[in-house]
Amino acid sequence: MTDYTPHLSEKTSIQRQLITPEGVDLRIGLGSAGQRASAFLIDAAIVIGIMIGVTIVYVLALFALKSAASALSINWVPGQVGLQLLQAFWLLGFFMLRNGWFLGFELGPRAATLGKRIVGLQVAMRNGGRLSADALIARNLMREIEVFLPLTFLLYNAAANPDGWIVLLGLLWSGIFALFPLFNRDRLRVGDLVAGTFVVQAPRRRLAAELTERRSALAPAFVFSPEQLDVYGVKELQVLEDVLRRNALAAQRVVATRIRGKIGWTARPGESDGDFLDAYYAALRTRLEAKLLLGQRRRDKHDRG
Amino acid sequence: MTVQSFQPELKSARFRREREDDWRRLEALLKRLETQPVSKLSDEDLIALPVLYRATLSALSVARETTLDKALLDYLEGLCTRAYFVVYGARPRLSRRVSRFFAQDWPGAARALWRETALASLLFTLGAGIAFWLFGRDPDWFYAFIPAQMAQGRDPSATTDALRKVLYDGGGAQHDILAIFATFLFTHNAQIAIFAFALGFAFGAPTALLMISNGCALGAIFALYAVHGLGFQLGGWLAIHGVTEIFATCLAGAAGFHIGWTLAFPGEKTRPEAMAAAGRRAATLMAGVVLMLAVAGVLEGIGRQLITNDLARYGVALISAGVWGYYFYVPRQRRDAKAAR
Repeated sequence: MTDYTPHLSEKTSIQRQLITPEGVDLRIGLGSAGQRASAFLIDAAIVIGIMIGVTIVYVLALFALKSAASALSINWVPGQVGLQLLQAFWLLGFFMLRNGWFLGFELGPRAATLGKRIVGLQVAMRNGGRLSADALIARNLMREIEVFLPLTFLLYNAAANPDGWIVLLGLLWSGIFALFPLFNRDRLRVGDLVAGTFVVQAPRRRLAAELTERRSALAPAFVFSPEQLDVYGVKELQVLEDVLRRNALAAQRVVATRIRGKIGWTARPGESDGDFLDAYYAALRTRLEAKLLLGQRRRDKHDRG
Repeated sequence: MTVQSFQPELKSARFRREREDDWRRLEALLKRLETQPVSKLSDEDLIALPVLYRATLSALSVARETTLDKALLDYLEGLCTRAYFVVYGARPRLSRRVSRFFAQDWPGAARALWRETALASLLFTLGAGIAFWLFGRDPDWFYAFIPAQMAQGRDPSATTDALRKVLYDGGGAQHDILAIFATFLFTHNAQIAIFAFALGFAFGAPTALLMISNGCALGAIFALYAVHGLGFQLGGWLAIHGVTEIFATCLAGAAGFHIGWTLAFPGEKTRPEAMAAAGRRAATLMAGVVLMLAVAGVLEGIGRQLITNDLARYGVALISAGVWGYYFYVPRQRRDAKAAR
């Protein structure tokens, strides 16, 4: 089952309604604070990496030019002009990357920076509408006070500022902006609040195989009685599904032993745990789905209808 | 009685098998749309997209009521969400958005925020006035408003000749390439303007302080030159780019005040709704502010070094004031009426 990746963070993610004009609730999951932070750190690392990389290439190019000039016995020193160009590159490059990296990517069709893509997030309007450029500008300009303001206070402190208390107060004050997402239900950062956006889960899943069509699930050797199938509900079925899709043998052995004990099943000689679980899953799902069609959803094993 | 496990196949499995080709097709279509522009898509695909989206969405509704396959439900939810953003999130062409920005959105935002702009300008002028007045009482106040590294020798101890010299071969001396000087000025000013805007979120108070302190710096340097009888010359030196730069600074302050004010007094809408509307309007204005500061950077970094005649400098200042004033505040009824329709 290589095409199945369980999204652990998603299971615990907070869900929000997003009802399409067709009237279907998409049940969007919000990006968690941890995901948001890691996406940002990835982006920051890439931006700094680009700046450093280009600088190294530029300096190497200057040296190469200089040695080429001396090889041709031309008296040329990169000096002032070369350094000033580097300075201009840093100024403009840092300005563009600091303000434009996030904006540029979020304006694209996936509405996500590289960091967000890696983590599986994207930006969306809270009202489900069209993501506009002005909203993206607003959410990204506010990063000034969320990231750079606390950073400034930190650097001040590092520079051994005598007014330690003032710096500490400043840090606390600016920390409110940085930690804003932790204090509201929708995990909005200041920029999201100002722009009317939020950051949602956008994982790329592939269509996983249909478990009930596996050969072992159809084997005639396994026949279960209704009593044996009435032991569990939907929750247990989906835990079993997860175990089967992960294909972890140790976990399957534990679960199979557990189920056999619970339903009073004696394993025949040569019966594999995987085959047994496949067959039990197929039978249990058939039974629960048949009930579902009659309007009875049995949530879990404690749900006696 | 026993339940056969190899019974006729599961209804939900058949449901899936009958539709899974459509889902995969939608998935492939979405993938292509993420890497290439819509215009590259064939007509057939363009027509298929909304059809496949609606089919998948209805499959999701049905699946939620009939299948217990968690992986399938997750897949359909993710696919529908992606398709939803593509189908309902399509944006107009870039060229149209850009022309709309210059024709309506930017001047519209500036007009809508005229009160905030007036407040920012007032605070700036107030700062300048205070600094000028304080300098008159005691020139040492100068050091309070302008840090030594920014003054670069232009302080109360400087001679008239030294001060005059700065005006006519000023900052260019340390920068051989004027374009680099302009770049430096632009990025520096733009970052401060963005900062002033973002600080507006703290109910506008830090933005107000920034406006006043910027005004103070101007007032102090003006007072210094006025004492040496160089007020008129300094005026030209500052105004050539200052009209654009100070105007942009005040607009950035106005954008900050707008979000700070809305956060405190959201009015009739809910606070998040009011904030979203205010933030987007302010952001439009900020995009314009950055453009204005790029113009100011060129005027200061290049224009001022090349134009050393006082009257010509005032001329450029006057023209830029006229252009910005006309662009922002003179209503264009024909175009506005057309847009309203």
